[in-house]
Amino acid sequence: MDMNDLRGILTAVIFFAFIGICIWAWSSRRKKDFEATAALPLEEDKVLTTNERENN
Amino acid sequence: MARRSHTNQQHTGVLKLDTAASYNDKVVRQFSIMVVVWGIVGMLVGVIIAAQLIWPQLNFDLPFLTYSRLRPLHTNAVIFAFGGSALFATAYYVVQRTCHVRLAFDKLAAFTFWGWQLIIVLAAITLPLGITQSKEYAELEWPIDLLIAVVWVAYAIVFFGTIYKRRVKHIYVANWFYGAFIITVAVLHIFNNLAIPVSLTKSYSIYTGVVDGMMQWWYGHNAVGFFLTAGFLGMMYYFVPKQAGRPVYSYRLSVVHFWSLIAVYMWAGPHHLHYTSLPDWAQTLGMVFSIILLAPSWGGMINGIMTLSGAWHKLRSDPILKFMIVALSFYGMSTFEGPMMSIKTVNALSHYTNWTIGHVHSGALGWVAMMTIGSIYSLLPRLYNRESMYSTRLIDVHFWTSTIGVVLYAVSMWIAGVTEGLMWRAVNDDGTLTYSFVESLKAVEPYHYMRLLGGLVFFSGMIIMAYNVWKTVSDKKPVPVAVLEPA
Repeated sequence: MDMNDLRGILTAVIFFAFIGICIWAWSSRRKKDFEATAALPLEEDKVLTTNERENN
Repeated sequence: MARRSHTNQQHTGVLKLDTAASYNDKVVRQFSIMVVVWGIVGMLVGVIIAAQLIWPQLNFDLPFLTYSRLRPLHTNAVIFAFGGSALFATAYYVVQRTCHVRLAFDKLAAFTFWGWQLIIVLAAITLPLGITQSKEYAELEWPIDLLIAVVWVAYAIVFFGTIYKRRVKHIYVANWFYGAFIITVAVLHIFNNLAIPVSLTKSYSIYTGVVDGMMQWWYGHNAVGFFLTAGFLGMMYYFVPKQAGRPVYSYRLSVVHFWSLIAVYMWAGPHHLHYTSLPDWAQTLGMVFSIILLAPSWGGMINGIMTLSGAWHKLRSDPILKFMIVALSFYGMSTFEGPMMSIKTVNALSHYTNWTIGHVHSGALGWVAMMTIGSIYSLLPRLYNRESMYSTRLIDVHFWTSTIGVVLYAVSMWIAGVTEGLMWRAVNDDGTLTYSFVESLKAVEPYHYMRLLGGLVFFSGMIIMAYNVWKTVSDKKPVPVAVLEPA
């Protein structure tokens, strides 16, 4: 097997990896986790009150 | 964790602030303020060298004021001081908020702040003195390079240490982009700067000839791809949804966007070396990968812009969102322009002309600076326990100065670049050149004025920002923010 076979195989591996990532990302099993994760930036900060700061 | 330390304190009877219960926002505040400071310094140097291209006598015959020494000072200041501080600030903020945990290693985080500032000061001293490795965007000499490597490893430990102790299961996509940026920049920086020192201020690269060129542009293009793109995409994936009040348009697309972008960017470097002694196959490879890059780039751009779908009316009242959407538009424009310029036949016209400068600035001012400015305006009030910035009206004024400035800049450089490209390649019937070089210089002079004007307008917006930031933070005492319990 020469170098060019290896290059061809690598191209195919990367191509199928890309297809795999797409299938993984769009599978319905991911939906719930993705929705929860995508909501993370929308959480609002909660400032520690003076009381909490003293008691902590 | 908070509960456990609470009991411990009851046992010892000592009342003190449990730092693990609050976020480490001090280092975020420090970096955020320095974004404004270094933005002003870096862009001021840019305005000065733009003026020197019209009036060369502005170097006053002083070696440390010559264009050749101030130009690397400008690029280092805007990329690594302004852009770098923005990446540190937002990465530290985002990783804490999206992992529901305080930043790992407070002291190490403080070290990255002071270390990074020291590096910037050392750059500001050595570059005007002419101490340089003569590698574009990697000019700094070996002792400073070593310091950068140490600070960068500390940055990685703080960032990934925080990811490691996260209290949510999934790692939010912004952190993937920040993480890829941190790892890749470490690899690029270390390998491109391998050198043999001969004195404290002089070293020789271990690479020679065309290998040196290939290494340099593998580094140089990925500085664009990972420092100025992946890092700022991390910023985009957090602050655009935050400011729009909606989750990102498609989280699935963001996953595919991430993996395809980082897989493809690494191979695009050779397009900086078209028609050089780099082997043809390598040039073609660089061109092909650059064209493929259009797909992930636009995937990300569309994902960012579509986050506003259903909330477009917010653009009318929120200039911060306007900054972000125009930044994404410029990202889309320059990631279309880049692949086009990497096509060899187009490159034959554009290379070594001002078109390249126009392209870089539509990316650097339009995408990087405007995304940074928007994110800092979004971030600062949160860091100082305020509802909003001191003046929304001034943010709007800043938005228009930025937009007009970058359009003037890019348009003038496009015209100048195409003019130069056409004049340099024009030949007479007998094969001699139609124009001398100085004739092309004369032809682009008006556009140098227009570029200086664009730069000045953009710079004036940074002064407005500094005033607005000062009024926002000067009379406010920051308050600790509680670490959120996992949902």
